[in-house]
Amino acid sequence: MKNSVLPDPFASAREKRGLGEMVDQNDPVTMVLRHKDVRKCAHQYKTFSSEDIPGRIVVPSEVNIRETRQLPFELDPPRHGTYRQLLEAWFKRPLQADYQSILRKQIEELIGQALLQSQVEVVSELALPIQSHALTLLLNTSHEEAQKWISWGTHVFRSEGEALDGDKAMVLYDYIDEQIERAVLHPGQDLYSVLLASEIDGRKMTKEEVKGVLVLTFAGGRDTVINAVTNAIAYLADHPGALERFRQEPEIIGRAVEEMIRYFSPLTHMGRVVKEDTQVCEHAIKADSRISLCWASANRDPAVFENPDEIVLDRKINPHVGFGFSHHNCLGATHARQIMKILLSTLAEKVSTIQILKCKENIEMLSDFQRKVGYDTIQVKFNAIK
Amino acid sequence: MAQITFVTSDNDSITLEGTSGSVMSLAVGHGVKGIDGDCGGVCSCATCHVFVAPGDLEKTGPASEIETDMLELDDNANEFSRLCCQIEISDAIDGIVLTVAK
Repeated sequence: MKNSVLPDPFASAREKRGLGEMVDQNDPVTMVLRHKDVRKCAHQYKTFSSEDIPGRIVVPSEVNIRETRQLPFELDPPRHGTYRQLLEAWFKRPLQADYQSILRKQIEELIGQALLQSQVEVVSELALPIQSHALTLLLNTSHEEAQKWISWGTHVFRSEGEALDGDKAMVLYDYIDEQIERAVLHPGQDLYSVLLASEIDGRKMTKEEVKGVLVLTFAGGRDTVINAVTNAIAYLADHPGALERFRQEPEIIGRAVEEMIRYFSPLTHMGRVVKEDTQVCEHAIKADSRISLCWASANRDPAVFENPDEIVLDRKINPHVGFGFSHHNCLGATHARQIMKILLSTLAEKVSTIQILKCKENIEMLSDFQRKVGYDTIQVKFNAIK
Repeated sequence: MAQITFVTSDNDSITLEGTSGSVMSLAVGHGVKGIDGDCGGVCSCATCHVFVAPGDLEKTGPASEIETDMLELDDNANEFSRLCCQIEISDAIDGIVLTVAK
């Protein structure tokens, strides 16, 4: 089996029951596995709510490590919409030409450096720096901040051997608190300052609300982007023809990005809290229990995708849920898509082949299932186009 | 060649001409407000939702199954809804009027 393959551990359960079960800190989760059910449940926010104790809709649950409500993520409509609307324009900035040209410079420089090395550990030496540098653009903050974020390591909340690491979360929360205080004293053009100056329901946003948006931005866009970048590089190492194809047909890069997001599903699933006794897939679900919307399983559903376990670079119709679905679809998707597009086009421009020298897979343990989401480490050699 | 008119949420009316590609690409290329086309036209994001003028439904044809599956989970959708990434530009749709949903 090629290194870059991400097996689908849900196939049998999805077909037979449509559901899976997961144990998580005494708050079990029923995983919804079929594409149709996942989209339907994502849409039914009144029954499957995002608004509960902060951290409870995340799997594994974060109720024990944070009190700050992530915004707009942990609210239901219509309140969710008020915050979302306020943020929408800011998070669409990656569509602007000057944003893209700075992002391209960042990525070209990092790939250029990688080409000079005899080997590169992609997760820590390429994907994390790409993610961190790009985040300075999304926050419109000083470029130097990237070095600090890189020093935090690949996981803000998760560290090796421990599913949830409260100390690491504190590093992030303390940092965000400091940045908010700085922005109060010296307002600038960064996201902290812009949010502090903005109004919700006719009043200024509170520091706690600003923190809620920033925690979401940092946490939601970290291992997801890192996994997407790393998996893309592993795929291109195993499929050198893909780089040649991007050189010949650059117009397919947009579709290739969507297809990679489908296949990699950088976020396996996201939880909801059930607000009333109900049914999913003809299975009774109790009020105050949890379900999860398993994007990774939905994205391999053969009822929707032909050859679901293959990356079809120019897949034309691709209703994937890799960025979630409905009200809560990924706020950072525009940014993530630009990172991936520029990454693929830069690699096509500069790199002929990539060799995987050594790798250690990152396997998520989900009780009934074990899912490879990417790599803990992957050593590669990039070979330049002569 | 087809002329396509977009009516945006602030009641601006923009008429564009196109010869090929999707209606979504034409709109995005000209910055039509409310049509983002985030996924580039693979029918994954629903950010290109339009209402076809009743008299023009014959020209555009009905939504495909993949669109209706998506639109039935959109609270604003109705029988005139289409995802315009799935409408190909051709002479056949000349003169249509599309109201942008967002």
